[in-house]
Amino acid sequence: MFKLLEGPQTLGRGKKFWLCFVAVLAGALSYPLFADSYGVGNFAYFLIWIFMALGLCLMWGYGGMLSFGQTLFFGIAGYGYGVLAINMGGGTATIAALALSVVLAMIAAGILGYFMIWGGINGIFFGIVTLSATLVLAFFLGQTAGPEWHIGPARLNGFNGMKGMDPLTVGDFYVEGSALYYVMVALIVIVYLALRMLVNSGIGNVIVATRENPQRAEMLGYDVRKYQLLTFVIGSGLAGLSGALYTSWGQFITPSSIGLPAAAMPIVWVAFSGRSDLTATLVGSFLLLFGFQTITVYSQQAALVLMGALLLATVMLAPQGFVLGIGKLAAGWWGGRGPSDAGASLTETARLQSKES
Amino acid sequence: MSAEVFSLFYQFADVFAFLILSAAGLAIVFGMMGVINMAHGEFIMCGAYVTVGLVNLGVPLAIAQILAAVTAGLIGVLVEFLVVRRFYKRPLDSLLATWGLSLIVTQSMLLIVGSAVRGIGTPEGSFAIGDYTFSTYRLVLFGCAVAVLAGLYIIFMKTRFGVIARATMQNAAMAKALGARTGRIYAISFGIGTGLAGLCGALYAPTMTLIPTMGATFVVESFVTVVIGGANVLLGTAPAAVFLAMIRMALNASYGQIIGQIGMLVAVIVIIRVLPEGLSSVLVRRGR
Repeated sequence: MFKLLEGPQTLGRGKKFWLCFVAVLAGALSYPLFADSYGVGNFAYFLIWIFMALGLCLMWGYGGMLSFGQTLFFGIAGYGYGVLAINMGGGTATIAALALSVVLAMIAAGILGYFMIWGGINGIFFGIVTLSATLVLAFFLGQTAGPEWHIGPARLNGFNGMKGMDPLTVGDFYVEGSALYYVMVALIVIVYLALRMLVNSGIGNVIVATRENPQRAEMLGYDVRKYQLLTFVIGSGLAGLSGALYTSWGQFITPSSIGLPAAAMPIVWVAFSGRSDLTATLVGSFLLLFGFQTITVYSQQAALVLMGALLLATVMLAPQGFVLGIGKLAAGWWGGRGPSDAGASLTETARLQSKES
Repeated sequence: MSAEVFSLFYQFADVFAFLILSAAGLAIVFGMMGVINMAHGEFIMCGAYVTVGLVNLGVPLAIAQILAAVTAGLIGVLVEFLVVRRFYKRPLDSLLATWGLSLIVTQSMLLIVGSAVRGIGTPEGSFAIGDYTFSTYRLVLFGCAVAVLAGLYIIFMKTRFGVIARATMQNAAMAKALGARTGRIYAISFGIGTGLAGLCGALYAPTMTLIPTMGATFVVESFVTVVIGGANVLLGTAPAAVFLAMIRMALNASYGQIIGQIGMLVAVIVIIRVLPEGLSSVLVRRGR
């Protein structure tokens, strides 16, 4: 099973890569030892968004489905966590609220995905329909200011957003500060490794085959719609995980984290990083979030202008993504030879053939 | 009785005009080049700001609106030349590029002009039928929407440019081989599309608050109209707007704007399951 951690669909293999991985992980784990609590909280905040980016990377880079709806599911799970945590009364129940809210986002993704994928919507329209749904949710939540908009004791509060839910709690222990940071790091390691295994598995190969040519994949006997729906649900579920963690982190959520320009952010991170690889997305998204946060302190608008410029520059200059390009260069320089695409697709073909027989 | 009937028509006309005016530009660009202009809302915003700026300088409203549409059209041609042109082979990338552009424009506007600008107020004038009074300007908007449809019909069906443009739409390589300057056709169509977006902004400028993010108010409606319309925008957009306006009108009247919008979205999601190619595919099949 662990053999699937490296394979044709992911960059990085061999001892050197995993040594780097362990070194970065060790750095991340020891960070709270020498940083102040503000810095740790900030880092935990960047890590929240990584799940959303990885989910989009899976859908867009591997599955070829450009979803603009990451913040839709972020919002569903974020508000879901708030409503559930308030209604279930905090305490250890918040863990259940977290899990349930992610399930809620996945169910919503399943319903929306069913209509789009079985209706044969793809390419540009996939993006437009998901974005429309996102904006409508943001508009809807924006006008829920009145006291009549409540679910149990949880008020939705319109543009001001929902607040008053408990953070993640185990017994009497609030998962905050460096505890939350360690939870985030652990979750990211789990999600990252699990996604690596998924995309290198047989299912992952079908997902990539569908991206390359849906008709061919269908002719080979796969019901590509099921694989697309699976990809969409997992990717959107990861956005939901981000949303629930976000609400738990700050104990509030507002419609502005769903609508524009928030909806464009995951696209910028993943496009800039290089959508076709999980590691590139992980590294690139973290760097962008770090940079964005640094500039936002001075001017949020300027930071967003920069994000727009980065997106434009990425598409015009390096459509495959900057971080991925640099990563490939570095790998080629270090390892003597880069992981060539031809080799990767050959192994892919071999794997598919062995599976068929 | 006639007052009630007219009231229904008025509500329908209001929504229909909004859908057509906000979607026409997007539909032309999509139908022509297979590209969705994500900065569509920003061209609408541009039209609105130019209108209000000119009116505040003392230019009469109607002239300001025409100038605003022309400005948006010219900026569109420039954007096509600088950005969109590179992505005709990669429509998804053009989506991202224009989205990047949209972010840059919206946020720069927020930085430069701030959040709100002095508006100009809806032109006075109303008339009464029975017990109801109606705003004249809303009917003017409906008239403009019908005029836009008629204008597009004439441009694309009755002029030499239209013939070449439709040929390019159908098969760009073949049209090019026959001597059509497809690059120029694309640039002009993109300009027409953004000009129509500017016109939409100009026409709605008096009725709404001007903020740099106002484009977002229009994009959902324009997106869903184009999605439902389908690939053949010349055939699909108007019936799509009629269909959506009916749903929207019914829901708006009984449950309010936001439920109207949600209902419209749900209708769209159900429709794409049944008619993935949009309404125009049905119309094309009927026509054969």
